[in-house]
Amino acid sequence: MAYTVQRPNLTWKEKIYLPSIVAGLAITFKHIRRMLSGETKVLMQYPEEKWDAHMPEHYRGAPTLVTDEHGRERCVACQLCEFICPPRAITIKPEEIPADNKFAKVEKRPREFDIDMIRCIYCGLCEEVCPEQAIFLRKDYAITGTSRAEMVHDKEKLYELGGVFNGLIHKWNPKK
Amino acid sequence: MDFLDLPWFLIFTSLAKTIFLIFLVVLPMVSYTVYAERRVSALIQDRTGPNRTGFPLSLIGFKKDFSPFLGGLGQPVADAVKFLLKEDFVPAHVNKLYFWLAPMLAMMPAIVTLAAIPFGSEFLGVKMVVADINVGLLFMFAISSIGVYGIVLAGWSSNSKYPFLGGIRSTSQMISYELCMGLSAVPVLLIVGSTGLSSIVNYQVGYGWLIAPFTDGHLSVREILLWIPILIAFITFTISMFAETNRLPFDLPESESELVSGYHTEYSSMKFALFFLGEYTAMIAGSGLIVVLFFGGWHLPFIPYLKDNVVTGGFEFLHAIPGWIWGIVNISVFFGKVAVLLFVFIWVRWTLPRFRYDQLMKLGWLYLFEIALVNIFLAAGILAFTK
Repeated sequence: MAYTVQRPNLTWKEKIYLPSIVAGLAITFKHIRRMLSGETKVLMQYPEEKWDAHMPEHYRGAPTLVTDEHGRERCVACQLCEFICPPRAITIKPEEIPADNKFAKVEKRPREFDIDMIRCIYCGLCEEVCPEQAIFLRKDYAITGTSRAEMVHDKEKLYELGGVFNGLIHKWNPKK
Repeated sequence: MDFLDLPWFLIFTSLAKTIFLIFLVVLPMVSYTVYAERRVSALIQDRTGPNRTGFPLSLIGFKKDFSPFLGGLGQPVADAVKFLLKEDFVPAHVNKLYFWLAPMLAMMPAIVTLAAIPFGSEFLGVKMVVADINVGLLFMFAISSIGVYGIVLAGWSSNSKYPFLGGIRSTSQMISYELCMGLSAVPVLLIVGSTGLSSIVNYQVGYGWLIAPFTDGHLSVREILLWIPILIAFITFTISMFAETNRLPFDLPESESELVSGYHTEYSSMKFALFFLGEYTAMIAGSGLIVVLFFGGWHLPFIPYLKDNVVTGGFEFLHAIPGWIWGIVNISVFFGKVAVLLFVFIWVRWTLPRFRYDQLMKLGWLYLFEIALVNIFLAAGILAFTK
């Protein structure tokens, strides 16, 4: 059975379109005026302006390695992060700290510490699992490179991104 | 024989005017209309639009890149370079001859119509119109309807369904709206009594703009009565001009959401750019025609347009300024008015949605055509019974 759709009865004003066209033009012009006067502020000019100031404390950006206040690298190459990393982005090659070193009692440190930023999923498990507070996810999110090799952050790069961090763990400090 | 009537002088000035109009005014205007389209659409949609591209002067030895006040003013140049560098791909299934012919037919009529438009009064005694023919309006209509062939041939020769549909739509749309456009210009012709575009402008200089008859300083009963048919004619003419130049809300030939991109789906590189530029050139020619017919062409009230024009009312000091400056002022006034109309074109495009095909045909044949026809009788009646 045919179903009759009840069309709305249009008024004379609606039938000739023109008033609604003028109304539409007024709306779009209002948008132009607001953009030109700076009333509407919706855009951020990305490389010059960044969202950084609004980023929450718990933001999970690129993982980095940190040193403590004495310049000792906090990582002791226990490789827990390497084992827990779900995409296996972390590769650590440990080495022994030579006996004549100031921090010889720490015994181990990473010789190479690579994080493949193509694989990294920014889950933060490495930070969570680290017993030494050595690896942190910082706020860098624009990780770019022109080749796969460039996207692998080596130890030097990781320390450069991480900087110094005074954590809660002071067990390697000299006894007072 | 007057110096200004010598044949070689006429040839030289015509060439100079053509080069000035096409290469120094209209083509830059076209590319910056594209830029304006992008910026204005961005403003309407609360975005910024292209605001980065400057002129990379550091490539040719300067210390810094030049990025003028608004930013993004180098965008048209970048677009042009991009069009030139893209691959000019011709699909195997097209009709080669017409496929090559179509973009040229889309671009050329739009440029040729510019010849009849008076874009300024006089400059050093030379009339600022490339071809001052006394059937200027008819010439404009005749040539601009050739522009349809570009689109139809593009749709047909592409040998593909979406361009074909676009071509068909374009044919029927342009034929139906051309009629209305011609008819709505008739009241103007009745009032002015000439089809020469220069004489239409001269009439408006003497008796006030047709759209605003008070610009000559006084308003008679006859002018007020004639105002009604002129306003109707202006509205119908503008609507048909939108349809004629394939602008939204009448862009059915290239409706992106239905027909991929309509008649130029199969085109790339400079051939596509020719369609694009042709559309914008037609927009400029159309705006120029509207300015000439209704907005008094290059005339602004209180500006002495000729050496012997007498200006009164406290503006006598303007006579001290030499005539050639007024020639330049008149040219800029004309293109200023055209620019305002182009803004309206863009503004309307980003406001209104597209008509459905049957609505388009209904609007053209059942409303605009009748209104334009009745309007002629209205104008003729007012002209006959008032003096």
